[in-house]
Amino acid sequence: MQLAGTLGSAQTAAGAGERVAYDYGVVRLFTIATVFWGVAAFLAGVYIALQLAFPVLNLDFEFTSFGRLRPLHTSAAVFAFGGNALFATSLYVVQRTCRAPLWGGPAAAEFLFWGYQLFIVMAATGYVLGITQGREYAEPEWYVDIWLTLVWVLYFAIFVGTIVRRNEPHIYVANWFFLAFIITVAVLHLGNNLAVPVSLLGAKSYSVFSGVQDALTQWWYGHNAVGFFLTAGFLGIMYYFVPKRADRPIYSYRLSIVHFWSLIFLYIWAGPHHLHYTALPDWAQSLGMMFSVMLWMPSWGGMINGLMTLSGAWDKLRTDPVLRFMVASVGFYGMSTFEGPVMSIKAVNALSHYTDWTVGHVHSGALGWVAFISFGAVYFLVPKLWGKRELWSLKLVSYHFWISTIGIVLYITAMWVSGIMQGLMWRAYDKLGFLQYSFAETVAAMHPYYVIRAMGGVLFLLGALIMIYNLVKTVRAGEPAREEAPAPAPAAA
Amino acid sequence: MPTKTEKELYQGKPTTGHEWDGIRELDTPLPKWWVYVLYASIAWAVVYFILYPSVPWFTGYFKGVLGWNSRAEVAEKIDEAKRGQSRYLDRIKTQSADEIRREPDLLNFALAGGKAAFADNCAPCHGAGGAGTKGFPSLADDLWIWGGKLADIEQTLRFGIRSGHEKARSSQMPAYGTDGALKPDQIGDVAEYVLSLTGRSADKAAAERGAKIFAEEDKCISCHGKDGVGKADLGAPPLNTRIFLYGGSKAEIVRQVTKPQHGVMPAWAGRLDDETIKMLTLYVHALGGGK
Repeated sequence: MQLAGTLGSAQTAAGAGERVAYDYGVVRLFTIATVFWGVAAFLAGVYIALQLAFPVLNLDFEFTSFGRLRPLHTSAAVFAFGGNALFATSLYVVQRTCRAPLWGGPAAAEFLFWGYQLFIVMAATGYVLGITQGREYAEPEWYVDIWLTLVWVLYFAIFVGTIVRRNEPHIYVANWFFLAFIITVAVLHLGNNLAVPVSLLGAKSYSVFSGVQDALTQWWYGHNAVGFFLTAGFLGIMYYFVPKRADRPIYSYRLSIVHFWSLIFLYIWAGPHHLHYTALPDWAQSLGMMFSVMLWMPSWGGMINGLMTLSGAWDKLRTDPVLRFMVASVGFYGMSTFEGPVMSIKAVNALSHYTDWTVGHVHSGALGWVAFISFGAVYFLVPKLWGKRELWSLKLVSYHFWISTIGIVLYITAMWVSGIMQGLMWRAYDKLGFLQYSFAETVAAMHPYYVIRAMGGVLFLLGALIMIYNLVKTVRAGEPAREEAPAPAPAAA
Repeated sequence: MPTKTEKELYQGKPTTGHEWDGIRELDTPLPKWWVYVLYASIAWAVVYFILYPSVPWFTGYFKGVLGWNSRAEVAEKIDEAKRGQSRYLDRIKTQSADEIRREPDLLNFALAGGKAAFADNCAPCHGAGGAGTKGFPSLADDLWIWGGKLADIEQTLRFGIRSGHEKARSSQMPAYGTDGALKPDQIGDVAEYVLSLTGRSADKAAAERGAKIFAEEDKCISCHGKDGVGKADLGAPPLNTRIFLYGGSKAEIVRQVTKPQHGVMPAWAGRLDDETIKMLTLYVHALGGGK
C-alpha cells in the first residue's frame, strides 16, 4: 500500500544553500492519527448529542451511558484529534522554520508517536470501564497520567532540542506558541493530577486537594487546557500555515510579540471565572473575571495578525478553499475569544453558567477554531508529506468547508437559543414568588434544540468523511510534485 | 549565531528582515485601537479591583471600597423573597388545609406554591400535571386509592405509602397465585369477572365462576367490596372503573392477582416543610376530583 510504504522515510529538502534531512515520517503518522481520531471524536459527539435528544440511546447499559461516553468524546476531540494535530504541525513547523531535523532522530519521534497513541487508548478504555478521576478534561487516572508525563518530557526534549540546533538566527513566532503550549501543559498536568493512588495495583487514586482548593486547582487546569492546548498551540499552527498558504508576510511582528506575552501572562489567572457564585472566595472570583476581560485584546492580537496577513491576498479566498478554512477558523477564534470574556462577567455568567450556552461557546471554539485550522493545516500538509502537487480535489474541500460551516452554525445557534432559554427559565418567578418552571420542564423545552444540535454534528461529521476520501485519493492518485518532495530538490539560489 | 538583519521592503512596506521557510514579517506598528482597548480593559480591571473584593494577603483580602460580598447579597435576596411571601406563609402555617381553602387569596397562593413544589418533587413519578403512568396513579382524575378528601391527601403526602414511616399508609394484597390459594384457571375466571365489572367480559360462564370466587369471604370482596367498588381506608382500589394502576387487560389483571405489585410513595414530612405540604395538598386536591 502506498500509504504505508511512504511512512517512516526521511527525506531531503532544500534549505538556503544546504540540504536538511527533514523527518517527515513522524509528521505523516501524526497527520493520519489526527484524521482518524478526528472522525472518532465527531462520531462520539454525534452519538452523545443524540443521547441527549433521545435518552433511549443510552441503551440501558453502563458502558454506553452518557456519563461514560461524554469524556470519551471530549478527550477524543481535545487530546486525540487536537493533540495529534499539534504534534503533526509542531514537528513539521519546527523543522522547517529552524532548518534542522528533529532532535533525537526518527526513533525518538516514533516512540513519541506510539507513546501518545497508547496514552489515548489507555485513557479511552478507562472511561468506558468507569475508571475516572472525575476531573473534567483530566479524567485519566494516575497510571495514565504518569505515562503521559514521560511522553510529554520526550516531546519537550525533541522540540527544544530541534530549536537549539536551528540554522536560523531567530526563533519563529509559531515556535514560541508551540513551546508555551508544551511547557504550560506540562505544568498544568503535573499540578492538577497530584494524587495518591490507593494501591499500586489498583486504578483508583485520591487528589491531594480537597474542597474549594480542589475546585480551583481543577479550573486553573481546565481553563488553561483551553488556553494553552487549544489556543496557544493552535495559534502556533495559525502563525505558520496562514502566511504560508496565503504566501504573504505576517502582518505585524510587534503585535505578535506583545499579544504573545500578554496572552501568556493573563490567561493563567482567568480560571476562577468557572467558579463564579460558588464557595470560591469573592476576591478570587473578581480576579478571574477581570483577568478574563483583560485577555480580550491579547486574544484578538492573534486574530488581527491572522486576518491582516491576508491583506492584498483576499482574492485567494475565492479560489482556495484550504485558505478559506484557515480564515474562517481565525474568524471563529475571534468570535469565541470575545464571547469568553463576556461570559466571564459575573452578571452574564449568572445567566449563562451551567447552561447550554457554555456548551455552544466551547464548540464555536472547538469546531470553528481548533478543527477548522487543523483541517486547513492537514489539507496543506498531506500533498507536501506524500510528495503530491496539490490535493486530489479542491472542489471536495469546498464542499467540506460549506457543509461543516452550516453544521457549526446550526450547532452554536441552537445552543445559544437553548442555553439562554434554559437560563431564563431557571430564574423565572411568578408574581407570588414561586419558581415558574421545574427542571424537567426546562429539559423538555430544550428537546428541539438538542435535535438541531445533533443535526449540526452530523453535518460536521459528514464534512470530515469527505475530507478523508479526498485525502486518501490525494495520497493514492494525486499528481506527483515536480520539484519538491519526495525527490531531493536542487539548492535554492 | 548571526543576529544582524537587514530591513527589507515587501511591496513597499518595511519588514523586520527575518525570514523562515519563506515566511517574512512586516514591521507594522501595533494597531492604535487595539492598544486603546487593551488599556481600557486594564483600567476597568483596576477600578473593579478597587471597588470589589480583590487582592489577597496572608491574613485576609482587600474587601473593596463598596463593601460588597456575595454571601451578604444572596442572604439579602433570600430575605427579600421570604418577606414577599411571609404574609401568606404565616397564615398557611397556622391554618388547616380546609381553612385555607375557604380563603380565596390564600388558596390562590397555595395553588401556585403547590404547583411549583409538585413540578419539582412529584412530577418525576406522577407526571406533569399529575397525569400518572403505569404503576404511578393519576392524580388528575377522581379515583383516589387512599381517599380524596383534603385530610386523606395530606396524610398520604406527609407519611407516604409503604414508606417505612410508622404512620405510613400500608396494605398488602395476597399473592393468590404464588401462594397457591387459587389455581391458574380460577384466577383466569376472577379476571374475567373483573373485566365484566366494566362490561368487557367475553366469556360469560367464566365470569360467573369468577364472581363466586370473588365473593368468597376471605377473597377479593373483603377488601374491594361488593361489585368491586373499592375501599379507600384499606387502599383497595375500585375495580368497576376502567382505571387500573398496573394495567386493565386480562393478562395484566391475572398477573396482579397471581403476584401483586405494590407501589411505594416516600414520606414527605421532614423533606418538605409544613407549609409546602399543605400547599401541595390543596394543589393535588384541585388537580382532578378532590372529594
